[in-house]
Amino acid sequence: MSDPSGTTESAAPPAAPEKPARSGRIRLPGSGRAWVFVAPVLLALAVVIGYPVVRAVVMSFQKDSGLDAATGMFVQGGGAGFDNYTHWLLQQCQLPDGSVESCPTGNLGSQFWAAIGITLLFTVVTVLLETALGLGMASVMGKTFRGRAVLRAAVLIPWAIPTAVTARLWEYMFQYDGVVNHLFGTHILWKTDPWPSRFAVIVADVWKTTPFMALLLLAGLQVIPGDVYEAARVDGASAWQRFTRITLPLLKPALLVAVLFRTMDALRLYDLPAIMMQGNPSTRTISMLVVDQVRQGPNSASALSVITFLMIFAVAFLLVKVLGANAVATQEEQRKAH
Amino acid sequence: MALNKMAPRRRSLVSRAALAAASAALLTAAFTSACSSSGSSNPLAENLSGRGPITYVEGKDTTETGVVKQLVERWNAAHADEKVTFKEQSNDASQQYDDLAQHLGAKQPDYDVMALDVPWTAEFAAKGWIQPLKDSFSIDTSTLLSPTVASATYKGTLYAAPRNTNGGLLFYRKDLIQSPPKTWSELLADCNVAKSHAIDCYAGQFKNYEGLTVNAAEVINAYGGTFVGPDGKTPTVNSPQSRAGLQVLVDSFKDGDIPKEATSFTETESQNAFAQGKLLFLRTWPSFYGPANADSAATKGNTGVAPLPGKDGIGASTLGGYNAAISAYSKNKATALDFLRFLISEDAQHIVADGALPSVRASLYDDPALIAKMPYLPALKDSIASAVPRPVTPFYPAVSKAISENAYAALTGSKSVDDAITGMQKGIEAAGS
Repeated sequence: MSDPSGTTESAAPPAAPEKPARSGRIRLPGSGRAWVFVAPVLLALAVVIGYPVVRAVVMSFQKDSGLDAATGMFVQGGGAGFDNYTHWLLQQCQLPDGSVESCPTGNLGSQFWAAIGITLLFTVVTVLLETALGLGMASVMGKTFRGRAVLRAAVLIPWAIPTAVTARLWEYMFQYDGVVNHLFGTHILWKTDPWPSRFAVIVADVWKTTPFMALLLLAGLQVIPGDVYEAARVDGASAWQRFTRITLPLLKPALLVAVLFRTMDALRLYDLPAIMMQGNPSTRTISMLVVDQVRQGPNSASALSVITFLMIFAVAFLLVKVLGANAVATQEEQRKAH
Repeated sequence: MALNKMAPRRRSLVSRAALAAASAALLTAAFTSACSSSGSSNPLAENLSGRGPITYVEGKDTTETGVVKQLVERWNAAHADEKVTFKEQSNDASQQYDDLAQHLGAKQPDYDVMALDVPWTAEFAAKGWIQPLKDSFSIDTSTLLSPTVASATYKGTLYAAPRNTNGGLLFYRKDLIQSPPKTWSELLADCNVAKSHAIDCYAGQFKNYEGLTVNAAEVINAYGGTFVGPDGKTPTVNSPQSRAGLQVLVDSFKDGDIPKEATSFTETESQNAFAQGKLLFLRTWPSFYGPANADSAATKGNTGVAPLPGKDGIGASTLGGYNAAISAYSKNKATALDFLRFLISEDAQHIVADGALPSVRASLYDDPALIAKMPYLPALKDSIASAVPRPVTPFYPAVSKAISENAYAALTGSKSVDDAITGMQKGIEAAGS
């Protein structure tokens, strides 16, 4: 990753100004020895990650096997060019006679942008809610009071429950004659109507992952030295000022890591909506679309996977680039100010 | 200050996290690459006379009597040199499919005879994974219920032996109505009875999943509609008959004869609703007969069973069940063929029927001992006799999605019946792309 701020701080540990060797042992030239040690790992990665990835990319440019009209048997498809990609991105379907038209309802190709939209919706809403709630929980847990240890353990419970179990749990609560409808006296079809079902998935996901967020943020809060707050208080800073001027900037590195982790998680969300909503198309994320497609045609599914990968990579890159640079700049400014 | 030192480490952690996420995404991509296949020589012409021990593959045997175990024991007692080993898969249908697809895609010879869920048969046939049962490999199907044979036939060739079948039935409240309705209009007329008892009238499985394909197909078939032509590819659903069928369901939802929450019903929810006494009629599978008469059910002793209603008479049930097929990569195909012949024999089918799996032999539905145990058998026989197999097509998953998604849109009012049927037609046409 390049360093956008152009400062001397780089992501990699500084290699140039070597400390004097601890003993008088003879050393290989630095980079050469490093390669010897790193090579086995690189080789292993090339075999277990590189090969399948390259193969997936190659497959994404091949046609899925189609029916031979005369024999009714499947035949291999051959090269597809960018057809698999236009199938998803432009929602174009090829008809048996070779003509191309926009994919009809029920065809997975027609669900690409909807799935992208739902994935992004889940990601933005859940990460925002989890960050806000997690921050609140972390502040409470960070205070010293009786029973703090019990509270911290209790808060972790939702995170400790396996996702599949969480999904079933909330599925029961959101059933038509379930707890939620009874509690509020409503008659909402939480499991089938589009917006209620999306809402239900978001509630379940926030319930499950906020503790994780809270824990990461708590760790960040605890490294902020207490005397900083004390000094601010002496100088007459209000609670809000202390939060925005001290807590937030100093918490930023931890916050960034937490947000990035959760964003990645949310972008590949599969199990929660799959188990909780089964086939409900209004909660179909991009990962669920990939799995559905694998059964219908592996080459087309490869193209979809590659698109998904690029999307997640782009989001990760943006987050690191924008927020990451910002976090470093903030630290720098602070150092200069001292 | 400690914080300043932390900054570069945090950043590298962040970029590493990004890399980790990126590789996770790529692994998803890699996962799909494991499912490809290629072809060379013709395995369908090999090992035709091979004899020896074979492996029979089927999902978890959930019958109380242990049907598969009994079948295998019966066969092994008579064939010491050609013993059958039962390989039990999980009880989840999509996992069974994936397991079979992986073994056959990799041309593994370790599965000899496999139980295929009815709608998979055409796809497996078109992929050249299973042995066509013609010429020297033909089996006698004259004593079997003809819709079950149709479900195992692709492009005019039989590819599997029907093992057990299944048909939808209309469960009704014996205590509230005298005789079950034979047609849809009779059923809808009976909805007054439901109203006077403050319960809902009719339900099936209308959640957007495979069950909806089955339910929608049954009504569309009952009104004379069809889905694909005999080539397994050409869509035929765009007809006034199909529209009339789907319209019945849409109107029933509109009028409240089918409760709104039925759009969230799978087998479990719909059967719970009936067993709790909230429904006058329920369309479901025969295996519900036991639970509907269980001590905990509000319908104990009051559950009647009838064939599904149709347009002018008995309706068209969608066919479930399993077919048994010989793997193209089996080494002992002659033994496998004998085993298929055994599976459809009177002897074997009696074991199947006794395990409460609907038999593929018509004669067993008249067996008094079996009827005493399963009083729904006569109704089931009528239901299966007029049943229609699910669309026989190598693109079944895509065709099923085209049906269920469009039907769901029509039932929930987001599409007109006209648009939904046109959508199904287009969806089936684009299946495979």
